[in-house]
Amino acid sequence: MALRNNSAFRIIKDKVARNLMLALTLFSLALALIIGVGLYMKSTPILEQHSLWSLLSGDVWRPFKGQFGFLPFIMGTLWVTGISILIALPLCLLTSIYLSEYAHPYVKKVVFPMIDILAGIPPVVYGVWGILVVVPFISDKIAPHFVEYSSGYSVLAGGIILAIMIIPLIISILIEIFASIPKELRDASLSLGATNWQTIKFVLLRKSLPGIVAAIVLAISRAFGETIAVLMVCGNIPASPHSIFDSGYPLPALIANNYGEMLSIPLYDSALMLAAFILFAIIFLFNLISRIVLTRIEKKFAL
Amino acid sequence: MRKLEEKIFKTLMRIATLVILGSLLLIFIAIIKRGLPAMSWDMLTKIPGGGFYIGKEGGLLNAIAGSVFLVIGATILGLAISIPVVVYINVYLPRKSLFADITRLSADILFGIPSIVYGAFAFTLMIYFGLKTSLLAGIIAVSLLITPILIRSMDEVARLVPKDLKDAALSLGATRYEIIKVVLKQISPGITTAILLSIGRAIGDAASVLFTAGYTDSVPTSLSQPAATLPLAIFFQLSSPIQEVQDRAYAAALILTAIVLVLSLLARYYSRKLSKNKV
Repeated sequence: MALRNNSAFRIIKDKVARNLMLALTLFSLALALIIGVGLYMKSTPILEQHSLWSLLSGDVWRPFKGQFGFLPFIMGTLWVTGISILIALPLCLLTSIYLSEYAHPYVKKVVFPMIDILAGIPPVVYGVWGILVVVPFISDKIAPHFVEYSSGYSVLAGGIILAIMIIPLIISILIEIFASIPKELRDASLSLGATNWQTIKFVLLRKSLPGIVAAIVLAISRAFGETIAVLMVCGNIPASPHSIFDSGYPLPALIANNYGEMLSIPLYDSALMLAAFILFAIIFLFNLISRIVLTRIEKKFAL
Repeated sequence: MRKLEEKIFKTLMRIATLVILGSLLLIFIAIIKRGLPAMSWDMLTKIPGGGFYIGKEGGLLNAIAGSVFLVIGATILGLAISIPVVVYINVYLPRKSLFADITRLSADILFGIPSIVYGAFAFTLMIYFGLKTSLLAGIIAVSLLITPILIRSMDEVARLVPKDLKDAALSLGATRYEIIKVVLKQISPGITTAILLSIGRAIGDAASVLFTAGYTDSVPTSLSQPAATLPLAIFFQLSSPIQEVQDRAYAAALILTAIVLVLSLLARYYSRKLSKNKV
């Protein structure tokens, strides 16, 4: 009798635990939805007064007069993101091809931990470095060749910092993709007399193109959302930049810079939450698509 | 011609790799060069005194303690959510399960959501529940940020636990609840790695605590008090026009970099231990 009670108790314990864990799993699944809905509800007040299109295309930002044009901030975000991808992509492609196709195992043993460390450096430290090194370098060494004057606090500085920040992410994905391409494909190409580089160009890169695109999309969404490091070096002037030496004011920086005063001006908090919602929606979509592509690739070559 | 192309690209690749490694080196050199002269024992052991922000004495203990409390709280809360999720999708669900795959996908996506969005979301929660900027609010925001990292990195090792191990325990009459112990023991170095990784991310993140944890000159003594954090100490003090105050930002950056570096090396050590355990 005692034994039966005991086993019944064990089964009940098992069931309770199971349901608790199921509930937490469902919570983790619903979290993205909750965040999206929460931010959207907070941004409805401003959407009731202005149309989404007029907010996105307006280029005047005067919260105290009730004018909320997001265009300068969207342009700022696009500029820094574009610059960072232009810098990071060639570097990452070359480095990850080198590491996965040419490098001696000993080299990999040294380089991989260093890339891990690069990935772990906090954004604010990147920002400090940007102020110490990148900004003066741009204003003293680069900008004088092209424009009359630049303080160095520019979308170029933001782009350079962001590029270094997204490099570890891109490299780690690219290396995984290259590793998933079967060795037989390379061997076939090499045995036909192709050089290593030709094999890379015509077999490896072509086969991994969807994965490379997915990696770029992930990197873009990471760059979109980066806040503190970019905020520290971009200059934060709410006007659309016209050259890489102009200051910019990306969306995340807008949110981070104005949380203090946003509750004292009508609709201001709603406008900032709308900015957060736009960021969330774009990044959610980008991540969803690229993660699905990457999982497909992983499964396709798993056997 | 083909040989030449090969040579050119191989050189380019070596240069690209060196540029990336060089930028890491440059970052370290710059942070150490500016941070070291500003470092002192007072920085680590004293809270800001009167006139700290015009360059008088004091240290960063408020930010160090705040960051430590925040990270401990967020890690505990994050583990309380992530361990059950990892156990559920790896012990209770069959090996090929759509539900488990969707959970993994969702953790991947949440991992990509920027910290400023978590911060803004936590801020709307705070307004909704009438909370003020406090250690508790900061802990909630940061735990949202690190839970996906914890889930994904623990799941990666939990997936590798051999099915036979679970089957053996099940066939002896254990319930699934009782297998959890076996699985968790098997992946314990993986759990350690996951915790170290998420601490590294949590302690360095500024955007999520900006709205939520606030800033204060004293060491917080309860969850409802605001808490200073190292990244915000750097951020705020760097914007000061006074040289002495800026120097403290560099000292704080050095402390933060050192902490993150140690965490990263430890995580590497434990994940190597895990690969040794594997047969």
